[in-house]
Amino acid sequence: MSAHLPSSIADDAAIVVSGLYKNYKEVQAVKGISFTVRRGTTTALLGGNGAGKTTTLSMLLGVLTPTAGTITMLGEDTLRHRYRVLPRINFTSPYVDLPKRLTVRENLRVFADLYGLRDPRGRIAELAAQFDLEGLLKRPYGHLSAGQRTRVSLAKALLNQPEVLLLDEPTASLDPDIGDRMRTYLEDYQRDSRCTMLLASHNMGEVERMCDDVIMLRAGIVVDQGSPDELIARYGRADMEEVFLDIARGGDEQPAAGAAAENIAM
Amino acid sequence: MDRPAHAAIALYPQSGLAPSARRVRALIRRHAYLLLKSWPRIVSMAYYPTVTMVLWAFLTIYLTPTTNFLKDAPGFFIGAVLLWDILFRGQLGVSLTLIEELYSRNLANLFVSPLRLHEFIAGQLVMSVLRALIGVGGACVFAFLLFHYSIFSFGFPLIAFFTMLIVFGWAIGLAVSALILRWGLGAEELAWAAMFLVAPVSGVYYPIGVLPPWLQGVANALPSAHVFEGMRALLLDGMFRWDHFAWAAGLNVVYLALGVLVFRWAIAYAREHGMLMQMGE
Repeated sequence: MSAHLPSSIADDAAIVVSGLYKNYKEVQAVKGISFTVRRGTTTALLGGNGAGKTTTLSMLLGVLTPTAGTITMLGEDTLRHRYRVLPRINFTSPYVDLPKRLTVRENLRVFADLYGLRDPRGRIAELAAQFDLEGLLKRPYGHLSAGQRTRVSLAKALLNQPEVLLLDEPTASLDPDIGDRMRTYLEDYQRDSRCTMLLASHNMGEVERMCDDVIMLRAGIVVDQGSPDELIARYGRADMEEVFLDIARGGDEQPAAGAAAENIAM
Repeated sequence: MDRPAHAAIALYPQSGLAPSARRVRALIRRHAYLLLKSWPRIVSMAYYPTVTMVLWAFLTIYLTPTTNFLKDAPGFFIGAVLLWDILFRGQLGVSLTLIEELYSRNLANLFVSPLRLHEFIAGQLVMSVLRALIGVGGACVFAFLLFHYSIFSFGFPLIAFFTMLIVFGWAIGLAVSALILRWGLGAEELAWAAMFLVAPVSGVYYPIGVLPPWLQGVANALPSAHVFEGMRALLLDGMFRWDHFAWAAGLNVVYLALGVLVFRWAIAYAREHGMLMQMGE
């Protein structure tokens, strides 16, 4: 797949999506989208409800089979060689939970073993310190608040120190304080590890703060993409919140330049 | 929260037999955590086999004075009910391992991890053996304590009976798991009910010769019927019927292969329809 791209882009790309479709009977959830996510960057996948964000993330993760198209992640064709990529990526999603009767430590231990960590205890202790989970390690996951569960899910997602991290609404249920700390942690992690992050979010402040690039989806197609600053300037708006409303509502405000940006590689 | 250090972490190699065994062990660890911390779960696993065993033991006591074959083989019904529970618990163990993941909405976490499908299946099978051993083991202890019946009185053929029944339980358990994946937790009842469709034609408590001829054909196509015919031959005639063993083993190969295939199809179907991410309560 990446052979079709200029070599500089292919070398620089952590994720290359090309002509990706997902049909459910008569419904076309994703309609031939293509995009590239550069290594070591944080990219937002934005769109209203039903735009195709979670469907796209699910296909990237390999839990949803595309109708057509290709996905290359970390240089591997994920549809053919999924297991070469899975140890190097991780994710969180509000659609997925952890076993509720297991304690936080037990849950993290199971996934540490699944990912093949040589020192699971050390890594769990490290993440527990970083995510302020030390006091929760012995508590059943099902007894935690929504915010605490989100922190545990993020800790699980970072167990294997992923090179690509896919985040679906990573801070949705966190209070502003914890949400801010989590963003700071993710930013630090991204900067220090050169991890590539692709996140779906409805929090435009988060997107402006964290993301180098934005891919805007509407009704299963890529309608625009660029850096937050570029999009704000292009739409003549004050912030990403307003840009999002323009694009998600698909109004006439959308500039011609933006409309032409469908399915281009960043 | 502390600032992260991000020193590179060390991972074991991901491909090969040892990593595969490690991932299966992780899955078993997950279910062992669940089982071991809940004594009601453990008790309930042994409860039904024990109660059923007690029922058949008292029936044996009642019938023995007037029934010739029970005088020769007093453990006839108790042995049958314990072997039946190996089959039932074996099937249930496979299906419940999947159902636990669906309840937890954890399936996507597992399938996005490096865990392969065959490793997930292997974890289901190991858990099935553990559940069968706990459930039937408890009933065996009570059979010995209350009625002085030891399942080990079968001798070495017990190993053959156990193996044939648990493997057939795996095959049905995988097929039931496939149906649950296809139709969601609404089909959960199948996990408990499916085996009772097999019971009447397996000849657990009676020879399959009493069945109508057309149903005998069905029975002969089931490994369980050959096991229970073999059990009766051992108890009443004192001989191990290699022909029944061979039939059971051959049929099990076919059924287990079918079970794995249909489960793999169900996973592919779930991937096609986005159910791995969404299934659960």
